[in-house]
Amino acid sequence: MGIEMNNVDVKDGVDADTVEAVRALSSTYKYGWNTEIEMEYAPKGLSEDIVRLISSKNNEPEWMLDWRLSAYRRWLELKEPNWAMVDYPSIDFQDQYYYARPKSMVEKPKSLDDVDPKLLETYKKLGIPLKEQALLAGVEAPEGERKVAVDAVFDSVSVGTTFQAELKKAGVIFCSFSEAVKDYPELVKKYLGSVVPVSDNYYATLNSAVFSDGSFVYIPEGVRCPMELSTYFRINAENTGQFERTLIIADKGSYVSYLEGCTAPKRDVAQLHAAVVELVILDDAEIKYSTVQNWYPGDENGKGGIYNFVTKRADCRGNRSKVMWTQVETGSAVTWKYPSCILRGNESQGEFYSIAIANNMQQADTGTKMVHLGKNTKSRIVSKGISAGKAQNTYRGLVSMHPKAKDSRNFTQCDSLLIGDKCGAHTVPYIEVKNNSSRVEHEATTSKVDDDQLFYCRSRGMGEEDAVALVVNGFCKEVLQALPMEFAMEAQQLVAISLEGSVG
Amino acid sequence: MLEIKNLHVQLEEEDKKILKGVNLSLDPGKVHAIMGPNGSGKSTLSYVLSGKKGYEVTSGSAHLEGNDLLVMDPEERAAAGLFLAFQYPVEIPGVGNMTFLRSAVNSQRKLRGEPEMTAGDFLKAVRDKAKHLKIDSDMLKRPVNVGFSGGEKKRNEILQMAMLEPKMCILDETDSGLDVDAMKLVAEGVNALRDKKRTFLVITHYQRLLDHIKPDIVHIMAAGRIIKSGGPELALEVENNGYAKLLEESS
Repeated sequence: MGIEMNNVDVKDGVDADTVEAVRALSSTYKYGWNTEIEMEYAPKGLSEDIVRLISSKNNEPEWMLDWRLSAYRRWLELKEPNWAMVDYPSIDFQDQYYYARPKSMVEKPKSLDDVDPKLLETYKKLGIPLKEQALLAGVEAPEGERKVAVDAVFDSVSVGTTFQAELKKAGVIFCSFSEAVKDYPELVKKYLGSVVPVSDNYYATLNSAVFSDGSFVYIPEGVRCPMELSTYFRINAENTGQFERTLIIADKGSYVSYLEGCTAPKRDVAQLHAAVVELVILDDAEIKYSTVQNWYPGDENGKGGIYNFVTKRADCRGNRSKVMWTQVETGSAVTWKYPSCILRGNESQGEFYSIAIANNMQQADTGTKMVHLGKNTKSRIVSKGISAGKAQNTYRGLVSMHPKAKDSRNFTQCDSLLIGDKCGAHTVPYIEVKNNSSRVEHEATTSKVDDDQLFYCRSRGMGEEDAVALVVNGFCKEVLQALPMEFAMEAQQLVAISLEGSVG
Repeated sequence: MLEIKNLHVQLEEEDKKILKGVNLSLDPGKVHAIMGPNGSGKSTLSYVLSGKKGYEVTSGSAHLEGNDLLVMDPEERAAAGLFLAFQYPVEIPGVGNMTFLRSAVNSQRKLRGEPEMTAGDFLKAVRDKAKHLKIDSDMLKRPVNVGFSGGEKKRNEILQMAMLEPKMCILDETDSGLDVDAMKLVAEGVNALRDKKRTFLVITHYQRLLDHIKPDIVHIMAAGRIIKSGGPELALEVENNGYAKLLEESS
C-alpha cells in the first residue's frame, strides 16, 4: 500500500474523519485483540486420558465417551493427508492444548445474566449481540431488523445461547452440543456421525475424539424456523486447538437458515482448528448454511495464523430436500475445506457458493463435493477465488454422478481473479459420470484486476483500495447475493479489508 | 482554470518522448478544442492530466485553480474538479452502474469533506440527468459499460460528468465511434453543462463534433506541441485543407 499512515500530511479540505476512517481500515485484522481471562486447561498433548478428561468435563454419558475413544483409536492408525496444495510445517499434536475453558464457565451459568461480564464484553466488542433486548423488553424488533439467535463458543465451551425459550415455543431445539448430549441423547445418538463417520478423514476423526462443544439444531417436521440461527466461534487461548462440532437436523418439510462466524486473536504461533459440521435434511426440507470465516490469517510474512481443517457435509437424505452452502473464506493461514452435498434423495438439490480470498502468505485449498445418488438430482457450484500478495488459492471440486442418479445435472462455474504477479490460482475439478442421462457442465475463467479498471475508478474519485474492493465485489457478486442480507454487507466490507495492501 | 506550462512527458517503460513542451491556458467558462493528427500526443495529455500511471513528467507544470495537479493522486484530482470522459470507457463486470456512480459521487464528497449524498437525493438526481441523455433505468442497473454499445458508453460518460459536476471537463475523442444521432445526444449533454464557470477541453480528430459543441478557442497539436491556436475558423481550415499545410507552416 502506498500510504504511510503514521505521518500522513493532511491536505486542506480533507477532514479528520476521513483520515481516521482510512486509518481504521488500514489496520488490517480487526479482531486480533485478546481477552485477558483466567482459563482452565487440560494438560498439553493428546492421549486416551485427555479424551476421557474432555468427556468428563462435559459430564458425558458412557456411550459418548465410547464413541470418542473409538475415534481416538482409529485416529492413531490414520495418516495426515498431503494431497492438498498447501504447505505448512508439520503439526506437533502433542504440543497443543485440547481443552481450554474460562474458569467462570466451570459452573455453567444458568442464564446469560450470570455469564462473566468479560465474556459478554468480548462478544459485544466483536459485534455479536448476546442480549435478547427485543424479547426482554417485550417489543418486537424494529422493522427490517430480523432477530438472530446466537450460540457463542469461546475456546472449548459454549458461553450461552440466546432466544432458546422463544425457539422452543416453535418446537425448535437450538443449544450447545454438550447440552444436546445430556438433554436430547436419542437425537444425538441417531444422527451423530451419520453424515461424517468417525473414520471419515484424519481431521474429522481427530475432531470426533476431542471435540469439546459446538451447536446442535433440530427443526421439527413442517416447521419454518422463526429466526436465523447462528454460531459465533472465538479462539482466544494460546497454543490451543478448537474442535467444535455442529449437527443440524431438518425434519420433513422444515426450513432453517444458519450462519456461522469465526475470529481469533493475533498470535505468533499457528493454531489448529478442526471442526466437523453435519447436516441431515429429510423429505422436502431445506437448510441454508452460511459461513463468514475470518480466523486470524497470520502476518504478511506468514507468521502465526489459524490452520483451518474442516469437514462439512450435508446429507440430503429425503426426497426433494435442499441444501445451500455459502462461504466467504477470508481468514486462516491455511484453509482445507470442502463443504459437500450427498444428494441421496430423489430430486434433491445441492448448491455451493464460495468466495475464497487469499492475501499475503495465505494458502487456501477449498471447494466442494457433489455426490449425486438419487434420480433427478441437481447441483450448482459457483466458486470465486481471489489471490493477492504471495498467496496460493486452489479450487478443488468433485462432481460424481452415480449409476442410479438418472437425469441429474450439475453446473459448475469457477472463476479466479489475480491481483499482482506473485500469487497463484489453481483449479482442480474431478468429474465422474457413471450413467448416460446426466449432464455435467464446467466453466472456468482466470482474470486479473487490471490497471485500466482501477484507473477508471480512481479518475472518478475513488481511492485505490476502494477501487480494488469495488472491482472484487463485482467479481464476487453472484456469491454475495446468495448470503443473507446482513451478512452480505459484512462480507463486502470483509472482502475490502482482506485485500488491503494488495495493490500499490 | 487550467494552466499548463512547458509540459514535457515521456513513457515510463521506454525512452520515448511524447509531449515536448505543451503550453495551454484555459479560462473559466471557455470551451477549448484540441485537434491534431494521430500520435500527436492528445490522449497522452488527457491521461497525464488525470494521473494515469506509465507516464513520466520530465519538466513543466499543470495547475488547476492554482493547485499543482501533478503531485495529486487521480482521485484527488477528481475531487479537485477534474473530469476525463474516456475515449474507451472500461467495463467493470458485476458492479451496477448506479452503485458505481453513487460510490464516485460520495468518494469525491468525502475527499472534499462534504456530507455524503442521501440515497433519495442521489436517486432523484440520477433519474433526472439520465432522462436528458435518454439513458433508461435498465442501463442504470446494468454493470458498468458491460455490453453497452459505443453510443451508450459515451452517454454514460456524460452522465457521470453531469452527476459529478466537475469544474474542468476533458473529453477525449468522445465522438469516435458515434453515429450522427448519438453524437448529437452527447453534444446536447455537454452543452447543457456549459456555464460561466465550467471549462471544457474537447479533444477530437474531426471538425464535425465542433459543429455541435461550439468551441471558443481551437488549438492544433502536432508532435507533442501546440503548433497553432485560433478561433473556431481554425477547425474549418483543418476540415478543408487537412493538417499537412499547418504542419508545414510550423516546421
